[in-house]
Amino acid sequence: MGELITFFSDNQEKVMEQVLEHIGLTFISLLLAALIAIPAGIFITRRPRLSGGVLAFTGILQTIPSIALLGFLIPILGIGLKPAIFALFLYALLPILRNTYTGISEVDAAVKEAALGIGLSKGQLLRQVELPLALPVIFAGLRTATVINVGVATLAAYIGAGGLGEFIFGGIALNNATMILAGALPAALLAIIFDQLLALLQNTNARKLSKTGKPLLLIIPLLSSAYFWPQAYAPGWSAGFPPEFMGRPDGYQKVVDTYGVDFTTTILNNALMYKAVYEGEVEVISGYATDGRVEAYNLRQLEDDRHAFPPYYCAPIVQKKLAEENKILKEALDLLAGRINDSVMTVLNYRVDFDKISPEQVARDFLKAEGLWKSDQNQGGETLIIGSKIFTEQYILVELFSQLINGYTDYDVDTRPGLGGTKICFDALRNGEIDLYPEYTGTGLQVLLDPPQDTLERIITQPDAVYRYVSREFEAQYGLQWLSPLGFNNTYALMMREAQAESLNVKTISDLVGQR
Amino acid sequence: MIKTQGLTRHFGDFTAVKEVSFELQEGQTLALIGPSGCGKTTTLKMLNRLITPSAGKVWVNGQDISQQPVVQLRRQMGYVIQDMGLFPHYTVAENIAVVPRLLGWEVSKIKARTGALLEQLGLDTGAFAQKYPHELSGGQQQRVGIARALAANPPIVLMDEPFGALDPLTRQQIRRDFMELEELRSKTTIMVTHDIEEAFEMGSLVCLLNRGEVQQLAPPEALLQSPANDFVADFVAEKAAQLELRSAKLRDIFSELPEVPPLPGNALPLSPTLPLLRAIYRLAKARGEHPLGATTYQGQQRYFTLSMLIEAFKNNLQSWAN
Repeated sequence: MGELITFFSDNQEKVMEQVLEHIGLTFISLLLAALIAIPAGIFITRRPRLSGGVLAFTGILQTIPSIALLGFLIPILGIGLKPAIFALFLYALLPILRNTYTGISEVDAAVKEAALGIGLSKGQLLRQVELPLALPVIFAGLRTATVINVGVATLAAYIGAGGLGEFIFGGIALNNATMILAGALPAALLAIIFDQLLALLQNTNARKLSKTGKPLLLIIPLLSSAYFWPQAYAPGWSAGFPPEFMGRPDGYQKVVDTYGVDFTTTILNNALMYKAVYEGEVEVISGYATDGRVEAYNLRQLEDDRHAFPPYYCAPIVQKKLAEENKILKEALDLLAGRINDSVMTVLNYRVDFDKISPEQVARDFLKAEGLWKSDQNQGGETLIIGSKIFTEQYILVELFSQLINGYTDYDVDTRPGLGGTKICFDALRNGEIDLYPEYTGTGLQVLLDPPQDTLERIITQPDAVYRYVSREFEAQYGLQWLSPLGFNNTYALMMREAQAESLNVKTISDLVGQR
Repeated sequence: MIKTQGLTRHFGDFTAVKEVSFELQEGQTLALIGPSGCGKTTTLKMLNRLITPSAGKVWVNGQDISQQPVVQLRRQMGYVIQDMGLFPHYTVAENIAVVPRLLGWEVSKIKARTGALLEQLGLDTGAFAQKYPHELSGGQQQRVGIARALAANPPIVLMDEPFGALDPLTRQQIRRDFMELEELRSKTTIMVTHDIEEAFEMGSLVCLLNRGEVQQLAPPEALLQSPANDFVADFVAEKAAQLELRSAKLRDIFSELPEVPPLPGNALPLSPTLPLLRAIYRLAKARGEHPLGATTYQGQQRYFTLSMLIEAFKNNLQSWAN
């Protein structure tokens, strides 16, 4: 609890910004959904034959898992605000539509007959009788939709639309419970507050509601606009950074501290940030040097001229005991030692990301080309579990490891790719939930070890020294062993569109300073 | 006042109403009656176009209603239904004010009208005007429903089993009150009922329907005295005694009444065609210690007291018993 309070006071501005974004996302989509679903709900009460189909269709929309829905929308609407609002809008449709339909259908037939019989027109029947009587039910629908939207809006951070999900995803990536809570708690509170406020409205009678309803019509757009308040003043470069980068010691803070450059950050996941910068949604991203998309999207890597980032040589890490007891395992994995340089890794990544070849196939092709591939040994040995973080390169590495182990040892391999982030993989390894995963020396150094400042400064420019340091410290502190490095250095690098970098004459991170 | 010609309605292959024709003069009451599914409600709803006729026409004051804007048509016809259909979110006063408000009456006029109607229907304005329908008994709700139908002074009133949802006692009470409403005397009323006693008591004309077809359209006593066919005869047979009583009219006992007023005071003028029972009821309700009634039939005037009417009614009962 103390940690949470500290976190909030340290991140006041960010929390406020995320809360506002979250409220904005919730209410923009709610407003749009209400504008569509209430008239549509009314319409299908007039065309009962359509009602079944329309309700079923919105019902199906509701069943699409939210993350998947966001995924589907990216190719169509890109990333950021648009797909997030559209997805939330789709989720809000059903409760509003269904309740409007139900509310109006349930108005007593005798009341409707009497109303028409004494000479109300159909419009008057709707406005004076059906809508007022259905209003509590419609409000219940709006209430449900609001609560759903507050919840689903946490996922908006996944596609760079901000909101409280930024802390939640960051917290998951870094396995930082305080950070997760810092997002989850305000989100839950928002849900409860809005739910209770709407409950109050719902329970006042229709007449009072139609009076309070009018100010409400103003409040909703106002709340909707909350999303844009933080952006109204947004100094510096607009940057899309993954949650992990935002939270790690060698990430965002390190760059800001080292260079004194200003960013307005959007949280973007690894898979989306390259496209985001390519399409101009953001100006700067923190890419991975070996990612296939760097080349494909024609991104310029800014030189880290003041060495904010350590070297990130990749090597499998395992439980020391396992490595020592099973020399054959170490030998199998050592087959890859030094074989994959930066450009090779980039090509492998490219093949998966752009040629849409499965990581398994890419790994097999590579091993075959290297003459390392062997078919499965007889099964029946112990099962080894290989984990990975959640980006393309790690998926490929998992396949490489697992095919080598299958081919050269009698272990069975089980894979757990796509674990949220560094801390999750690391904790899983320490707890024995996985047996090995590919890690990067710089990450080991700064995220998992946190060495004294003078040590850091001394070794940060020397890849071998960093490798020796993490090997020694991991063994001593955690009983984990770094196997031989594979050869490539997948460093963090700030990246920009080549054309923009060229026109602004930005080559190094230092060049960013003072431009915005 | 209102006239139909060949009114017919099909629902798919089913013919609910077949060639119903009638004509009603101002101030008359037509009771549509018949077994369930005989088409009486369908007929009624074709009069205010809640149901569109498959064939046939309706004229109100000589105008073909299919040529009139439907909303305007309905606003000059009061409409009362069995389930009342009061607006649950409106107060009693607001329910009654619906049509005057739609017609753009001034607020003060609406208020006065609402109060007057409530008083006429025996509902205290102070106690009831601001109540919501769910706070009222069934009988009170139906009074409000009637008030709402009458609010804008429509010349025609349509009623679909207006007392059907009430218990028998309340029903009788409200029906009597209703028939005695000053408001309604001049109205042309068409009502649907399945209660033949009600039809006889209220209708100046009774239209007996079966399977969508008119069996007989005549004053109530004619159905007893000269049934058009076996169906009519059977239909009235069971309750013939009660119906006979209900159809006995002032003119039937005219010869028994004195030419000179038996008491001093102002006499209440009553129509000779008024049923005896209603005359008794009306006189009993009249103000003054010794109410006096008068009726004029074939150019002659006769006077009567309440006790004389009751005596005549008893004799009538006797003659029927013999």
